[in-house]
Amino acid sequence: MSTVTAHGSTHHEAHGDEHQEHHHHETFITKYVFSQDHKTIAKQFLVTGIIWAIIGGLFSVIFRLQLGNPEATYPFLEDFLGHWAKGGKLQPEFYYALVTMHGTILVFFVLTAGLSGTFANFLIPLQIGARDMASPMLNMLSYWFFFLASVIMMGSLFVQTGPASGGWTVYPPLSALGDASSGSKIGMDLWLVSMAMFVVSSLLGGLNYITTILNMRTKGMSMTRMPLTIWALFFTAVLGVLSFPVLLSGAILLLFDRNLGTSFFLSDIVVAGKIMPNEGGSAILFQHLFWFLGHPEVYIILLPAMGMSSEILSVNSRKPIFGYMAMVGSLFAITILAFLVWAHHMFVTGLNPFLGSVFVLLTLLIAVPSAIKVFNWLTTLWRGNIRFTPGMLFAIGFVSLFISGGLTGIFLGNSALDIHLHDTYFVIAHFHIVMGVASFFGMFAGVYHWYPKMFGRYLNNTLAYIHFWVTIVGAYLIFWPMHYEGLAGMPRRYYDFSNWESFKNFGGLNQFISIIALIVFAAQLMFVINFFYSIWKGRKVTNQNPWGANTLEWTAPIRPGHGNWPGEIPEVHRWPYDYGKDGKEFIPQDVPVGADESKH
Amino acid sequence: MNEFYFIAIVVMIFVVIFQIAKASEYVSVLKGEEKSRKQNNKINGFLLITFLILGLLGAWYCNELYYGKTLFPQGSASVEGEKIDFMLYITIAVTGLVFVITQILLFWFAFKYQEQDGKKAYYFPHNTKLELLWTTVPAIFLTVLVVFGLKYWFKMTNDAPKDAVVVEITGHQFAWDMRYPGTDGKLGKKNYKLYNQPSGNTLAVDFEDPESWDDLHTTEMHLPVNRPVKLVINAMDVIHDVGLSHFRMKMDAVPGIPTTMWFTPQYTTEQMKKRTGNPNFVYEISCDQMCGKGHFSMRGVIVVESEEDYNKWLASQKPEYFTFFPDKDPSKKVLQVTDSASASKPMAQVMPNNP
Repeated sequence: MSTVTAHGSTHHEAHGDEHQEHHHHETFITKYVFSQDHKTIAKQFLVTGIIWAIIGGLFSVIFRLQLGNPEATYPFLEDFLGHWAKGGKLQPEFYYALVTMHGTILVFFVLTAGLSGTFANFLIPLQIGARDMASPMLNMLSYWFFFLASVIMMGSLFVQTGPASGGWTVYPPLSALGDASSGSKIGMDLWLVSMAMFVVSSLLGGLNYITTILNMRTKGMSMTRMPLTIWALFFTAVLGVLSFPVLLSGAILLLFDRNLGTSFFLSDIVVAGKIMPNEGGSAILFQHLFWFLGHPEVYIILLPAMGMSSEILSVNSRKPIFGYMAMVGSLFAITILAFLVWAHHMFVTGLNPFLGSVFVLLTLLIAVPSAIKVFNWLTTLWRGNIRFTPGMLFAIGFVSLFISGGLTGIFLGNSALDIHLHDTYFVIAHFHIVMGVASFFGMFAGVYHWYPKMFGRYLNNTLAYIHFWVTIVGAYLIFWPMHYEGLAGMPRRYYDFSNWESFKNFGGLNQFISIIALIVFAAQLMFVINFFYSIWKGRKVTNQNPWGANTLEWTAPIRPGHGNWPGEIPEVHRWPYDYGKDGKEFIPQDVPVGADESKH
Repeated sequence: MNEFYFIAIVVMIFVVIFQIAKASEYVSVLKGEEKSRKQNNKINGFLLITFLILGLLGAWYCNELYYGKTLFPQGSASVEGEKIDFMLYITIAVTGLVFVITQILLFWFAFKYQEQDGKKAYYFPHNTKLELLWTTVPAIFLTVLVVFGLKYWFKMTNDAPKDAVVVEITGHQFAWDMRYPGTDGKLGKKNYKLYNQPSGNTLAVDFEDPESWDDLHTTEMHLPVNRPVKLVINAMDVIHDVGLSHFRMKMDAVPGIPTTMWFTPQYTTEQMKKRTGNPNFVYEISCDQMCGKGHFSMRGVIVVESEEDYNKWLASQKPEYFTFFPDKDPSKKVLQVTDSASASKPMAQVMPNNP
């Protein structure tokens, strides 16, 4: 499209050069491996996240094979899984290992590190007008701690007793006692050490994001002129910094219980005929520690997707985001409430009923800021002039999924109903839609929208559209019917339902879901091929501002070098959502306010 | 060989789609980017509205297919569960309404306001009245749901009625065990360190406690209909969860921390067979908390029967104490259990390590 610039500012014509002048010399190692450039670090997070997503997705496809066809055998599985798939049949231990690793990988390695790590690193300096992060060194360490965590987690897949297999929530005593499960042997220690490294990584990243946003905004970029992406990434970092240390403490105490004979989480246990000496610990304590991170974690995953979708919806509707201050306020409210609702995961642990009732109230309160966000997104679309770029479609898909999955949260947050629905497929459907698929949609929206800025090339549009349509249709086909399984009380984490009178009549549905899962997974591979192919062979970007957006990153050269802007950092004169104002299609943030311009 | 063909076909499909996609990119460059973008816009706008319509129809069809398979058409098997069903219906009504309205608005707006030549977007950055409207309306709806929810929550988590039948259920990898308090109405003490002393004492019952002498140990749970039941829930090794989906009840079994829950079964197993039209119907206890490799097979059975049948069944069970100390069995008539000297003597022999 032609850039409809509303004015004649000079640096907009200054097209980028791939090999800019740098003030220091860079070797291959410092440029691509131990890089301190936030853009390279962002790409490292993204590529590592994609690799993890393929692995985590593949795991789900393998365990769906078992769920869809519990009677069948797949001799080819034995070829590469060995005794884990004896006779071509997945063994229960390995099934549970796959389920556990699928959750761990997608929640932490893909949707936390892959999502926040990528977009916080990439967008924060570019959108607030900074040359780099506050501490490029810590930023680099953040990636390499993540890498270390990845290597350890990957290593745990290859130990003889198998990786952790007690569910991604690793509740003790199951995860504390090697005698209780083969996955609770060395695989569990590796899981805990890997998570400790992961927490270090996310703390280094989070501190950096907060510091950068608070201190390094360009001239004129007041907090209320920040794009919603930055607000979302800011609150995400705050959540992470305040909650991840609690997981770290839980992980360390669990390591102590496992290896040093302490009894933080253990009491009165007889396992495999052995009477354990541990007394006085509480298994429930771990759940408090875990969910004190675990629930904010849901929002650590979701907020960046919300922020990016807000931005992309506004850009492509050619309209300002509706209710900017309410959007920021609701992000803030969600951030505060995120810390006060963790025990809604524990309604059936024997929790004090009064305490439970407080958590019900606070949990359902989150629906209010969520509703504000949804209606504001809808109003943003209303009377727009909408362009369905792939990024925009994924942002619309995000809103649809957020509505669907958010509403089922109202069932689960109400403790009386949760008694029936807890740990059933209803929960699986709920969190996969609202946290899993919705966040993935936010992430895809972000990748499609900022890919031109990252690599100076476009992704193939046709593949992008196929990817979107297969994914949204597939996601609903997979997860919508699961609500019904949940209403029938079908429990999570079952290897086989065929011996259960109450649950066995969903066999046909399980088979259907498995087939769709396979197709959706194939569509994701298509995306991955598109992603890597386009880095080198995609259509080149010739337009500095291809989407006609207002935010600062589009004032930088097409392929910005280390330092982002070759000359001065642009000064900001307005908020980022002046779309369609005074008859002009868009007015970038660095354009001075005209004398005759109306106020919004 | 089959796998080889399968992989070959998948790879071929990938290559074909990829080539088409590349070709279409060239075509769009030839046609002019602006023109092909507008064409794509029209196609996707149409697909979005189609997706909405087919999606809503699909949701309805899914309901037709699967609602009958959920437990709701047959009703709750417990009196208290009916409240949960009622809550569910209110919540479905409220959220269903919001779901349909917001999804229609989302896709309809996207379709209706797709880019058109010469059209300008409406500059509409905020409107306080609208924002207050959609802050307060959801808040009111949620208040209603919270009030109902908490009312039932407190009722269900309150103490069980005094006349409740007490049954202890203990989870261990990977089965359930029940204990009935016997004629004295009291369960004997347990101490996990007494596990397997004497050999076979899998529930670690303290047989020095006279209250344990008449306790029954069973693997199947029998309950009388229309009487409140209080379950005392234990775990030996890891966390389990007593899931009673027909009764809409669920509670974790945590080692070291006993939990309880209570409910009133209102249909016998036989009645449920008729209600569901399934001659194989059985009340099942599912373990709903991941507990290891056999988690999926940790199945228990509850038989709900008339008070009369229940009492008959109770009478047919022998206290566990007599299994370990057959010499105390009055039916075999040897010693009087009230004689403290003779009662404690065998205990000291079987539990040499007991402090």
